[in-house]
Amino acid sequence: MTAPETHLLAPQRQVGEVILAMEDVWLSFGGVKALQGVSFDVREHEVRAIIGPNGAGKSSMLNVLNGVYHPQKGRIVFKGESFADMDPHHAAEMGIARTFQNIALFRGMTVLENLMTGRNLRMKSGILAQALRVGPAEREEIRHREAVERIIDFLELEPYRKTPAGQLPYGLQKRVDLGRALASEPRVLLLDEPMAGMNLEEKQDMCRFILDANDQLGTTLVLIEHDMGVVMDISDRVVVLDYGRKIADGTPDDVRSDQAVIDAYLGSSH
Amino acid sequence: MPEDARLLDTFPKLLMQHARVRGERPAIREKDLGIWQTWTWHELAEEVRALACGLAGLGVKRGDHLALVGDNRPRLYAMMAATQALGAIPVPLYQDAVANEMAFPIRNAGIECVFAEDQEQVDKLLEILPQCPTLERIVYDDPRGLRHYRQPQLMAYEKLLDAGRDSHRRDPAFVEEEIAKGRGEDTAAMFFTSGTTGVPKGVVHTHASLIGPSRTAAEIDGLGEEDVILAYLPPAWIGQNIFSVAQALVTGYCICCPESSDTVMNDMREVGPTYYFAPPRVLENLLTQVSIRMEDASALKRRLYRYFMRVAERVGGALLDGRAVSLADRARYFAGDLLVYGPLRNVLGMSRVKVGYTAGEAIGPDLFKFYRSLGINLKQLYGSTETAVFVCIQPNGQVKPDTVGPAVPGVELRFSAERELLIRSPGLFREYYKNAEATLEAKDREGWFHTGDAGYFDADGHVKIIDRVKDVGKLADGTLFAPKYLENKLKFFPYIREAVCFGHGREKVCAFVNIDPEAIGNWAEKRNLPYSGYSDLAAKDEVYELLRGCIEQANAELARDPELANSQIHRFLVLHKELDADDGELTRTRKVRRRFIGEKYAPLVEALYNGAQSVHVEAQVRYEDGRTGTFSADLKVREARVVSADAARKAA
Repeated sequence: MTAPETHLLAPQRQVGEVILAMEDVWLSFGGVKALQGVSFDVREHEVRAIIGPNGAGKSSMLNVLNGVYHPQKGRIVFKGESFADMDPHHAAEMGIARTFQNIALFRGMTVLENLMTGRNLRMKSGILAQALRVGPAEREEIRHREAVERIIDFLELEPYRKTPAGQLPYGLQKRVDLGRALASEPRVLLLDEPMAGMNLEEKQDMCRFILDANDQLGTTLVLIEHDMGVVMDISDRVVVLDYGRKIADGTPDDVRSDQAVIDAYLGSSH
Repeated sequence: MPEDARLLDTFPKLLMQHARVRGERPAIREKDLGIWQTWTWHELAEEVRALACGLAGLGVKRGDHLALVGDNRPRLYAMMAATQALGAIPVPLYQDAVANEMAFPIRNAGIECVFAEDQEQVDKLLEILPQCPTLERIVYDDPRGLRHYRQPQLMAYEKLLDAGRDSHRRDPAFVEEEIAKGRGEDTAAMFFTSGTTGVPKGVVHTHASLIGPSRTAAEIDGLGEEDVILAYLPPAWIGQNIFSVAQALVTGYCICCPESSDTVMNDMREVGPTYYFAPPRVLENLLTQVSIRMEDASALKRRLYRYFMRVAERVGGALLDGRAVSLADRARYFAGDLLVYGPLRNVLGMSRVKVGYTAGEAIGPDLFKFYRSLGINLKQLYGSTETAVFVCIQPNGQVKPDTVGPAVPGVELRFSAERELLIRSPGLFREYYKNAEATLEAKDREGWFHTGDAGYFDADGHVKIIDRVKDVGKLADGTLFAPKYLENKLKFFPYIREAVCFGHGREKVCAFVNIDPEAIGNWAEKRNLPYSGYSDLAAKDEVYELLRGCIEQANAELARDPELANSQIHRFLVLHKELDADDGELTRTRKVRRRFIGEKYAPLVEALYNGAQSVHVEAQVRYEDGRTGTFSADLKVREARVVSADAARKAA
C-alpha cells in the first residue's frame, strides 16, 4: 500500500501540546467500578489508542470524554479549560466528535443526508429559513454541501451518495459513520472500535482513512481497538486499561514489552 | 468537412482550431465534488499551451516519449495534448498494471518523464525506479497521500503548470511554432499491446493513421460538435484513445470523465451520451442488472416487461433497420416505448445514444438483439490496436449479429489461403517500436497487415470472424474447423458455461460441455428435479436432454452456413466437474486450453469418437479446503441430431 521505507523520508508529524486530558477520574455504576482514578492525555494531531480486555472500561472512558457519562470524581481538561463533567452537546460544539461501536446512522436516510447531519451544528439559519430555502439559508446549504462533498471524495463514497445508509454493507456503514463525524470538522475525534467486525480489506481501507484524516485534516484521534496489529501500526501512544485501572501508557513498543500488559491482556488472550 | 482539413494534419493543430472556432463549447467535463465541471475548448487549449511550455522547461523535446498512467481525467488528456504539441510522443499505460509491467515500456522507449494520476501510480513508479535508469521525472496530479514524499523526481501538476504559464508569458510564440512544425506523418502516440503472449510491443501510430480512420468513421455516423461520450475505459487502450482523443479532436465533440470507476452507470444516466462504446461483457453486466431488478419488481411491472419485451424482440430490430412492420405491431411497439423501452433506455443512460458500438469478442445474438430491440442503435465493429480500430463497421440498416460488417471506405481486405484476414488501410500502424522483426512479420512488404484472425466474407460481403488462425484446423475431409466459433455458439445458451470442441483431423466434431450450475440449478428447481451437487446435476438424463436441444438448435444454425455445415456437433458429453483455471484447464482470462484438456481427458475424447454410450472416469479432485479425494463415475455420451446441408437449404 505504501512505498518502500527507503523512499520515504517523511518528517514526524507535528504532534503538539496536550489538547484533551482526564485527571484522576472515578466512575462507578452502583457497585461496578468502571474507572478507578484514571488519568491520561491526548496531544494535538496525535493518534491515541485505548486498549484492554472486555469490561476494562475503554468505552466508559470515551463516554466520559464526550459527556455521555458523568464521573463521580476527577476532571476533564479540554483546550486548557477544566470541567467536572462534560455534556454531549457542549462537547460536540467544542469540537469533540465520536463514532459508535454499534453504528448509529439514520438508516432510512441517504449517505448524503447522513453526512449533512454532521454539519448540523454548523448551520446558522433557522428551521423556517432552511425549509423555505430563502437566500442566506440556500447559500449556507450550498457551502455545507461542498464540505460534505469533500468528505465524500476523501472517503471515496461517490458511488453511494443517494443510497439509503441502511442498505449499505457493514464496512461501508462504518465509513459513513466516520464521514459524519468528520463532517463536523472536529478537533478531536473519538472512535469506538472503528474496525470491529470488518474483514482484512475493510480494515486496511479504514486504517488508511484514519491515517489520512490525521495527516491531511490534522484531526486528533482517540480510538478503541481490539486488533493488536492495527493498534500497534497506527497509533503514536497507547494506554492500557484493566478492571478500570490504567496499567500502562506509552509508545506501542513500550506497551508491547510491558510485563503488566502481557500478563493482563496479551498473555491471557493469545 | 472544412476546406482546411488538409492543413489540420496533427492533433495539436486540430485542438487550436477548435479553440478558435468553438472556444466556448465544452471540450471535457468531469464530475468533481458532485458537480459536472466543464473545460471549454478555449480553456483546454490554454492549459495545454502552458503545460507544453512547462514540459519544454523539463527538457521534453520533439521525438521524446512521455508515459501517462491514470484514469480518464481532463488533466491526463491535457498532458497528452501538451506532449503532442511539442512533437513528443505520449505513451499511455494501463493504470491497473502492476509495477513490473510498467518497467518494460519505460525502458523500451527510454522514457524520462511520466505523468501519474495519484499516490498508487507514484508508488509503483518509485518501486521500479532502480530498473529504469532513464526515468527522471514523475509529474503527479492528485497530491493526496504524497505530502511527505521527498523524492527529487516528484513534481506536482500545479507546479508544472505555473512554471509553464510563466515561460509562456515570456515567450508566447514558442508553442505555436512547435505546433506548426508538426506533420501528419510524425508519430502521434504509441500504444503497448497487452502482451498476453510474449513481451509487449509498442504500436507506433502517426497523426495521419489516427486521424484518417477517425474522420471516416465520424462521417459515416454523422458525428459533430453536439455529440457527447463518456470516457470510462482505460486510456491506454487504443479504442478509448480513438473515442476520447482522436474523434473528439476531429469532430469537436465533448468527452465526459466519470467520477470514479464505480459510478459509471450513474454518471452515464446524468450525462446521456450520444455516442457509446462497450465491450460485450459490459453490455452483459448491464443486462444482468436489469434482469435482477425486474425479478424484484411488482407483478404488474414484471408482466408488462415480459409482454413488451416479446413485442420488442419480434419487431424492434426491424423497426430500427427500417424494414416493413405491420400497423398493429407498430402501435404495440409505440405503447411499449412509452411504458417500458423509454424508461429502460433512460435507466441504462442510453436515451440519447445515436450510435453505440461493441467489439473485442463475439457477442451473443440474444444480448445484441436485446439492445437493438429497445431501439438503441448498437452495432459491431472490427479493428485492433495496429489498425486504429476502424476496419469494418456495420452500416445502419445492415446489422447482423454474427458478422462485423463490410470494410470501412478506404480499407482493403482480403483473406489468405489459410483464411487469415489481411488488411491494408490508411489507419495502419507504422511499426512496432524498436522491433523490426515483429513489424515485418505482421506487415508484409506490400503493406498488408496480418491480423491473425481467421474468417471469411458472407453472402453480403460482410466479414465474419470465426477464430484465431492458429486455432483453426481442418476436419479429415479438409473442411474448415473453427473450434472457438462453435464453442461460442454453444456458450451463448444460458445453460452452457463452457464448451470444448474437438475435430481437427477427425471426420466429425464432438464436444465436452460444462453446465452453468446456476441456470441449470434454477431450471431443475422449477421442475422439482432433486440433485445433490454439481456432478449429480450434470449427469441427469433430463439435463442431457436439455443440452441436446441446445446443441441441435446450434447444429440447425450451422447447417445454414455452407462453410460451417460440416462442423455440426455429432456427439457430446457433460463433464463431471467445472473447468477451472486452478487446474490448468482455463487460462486466467477464462479461455479454454483445448490441447491440455484433450490430453488430460484423453479417454473421454476417445469415448466421443468410438461410439461408446458411457465412459468410466476416475479423477483426483481437490476441495476448496485443500483436501483431496477421488471421484469416480460413468459419464454418458449422447448423440445430437445433425441436419444435412441439403435439408437446410430446402428449409431455407
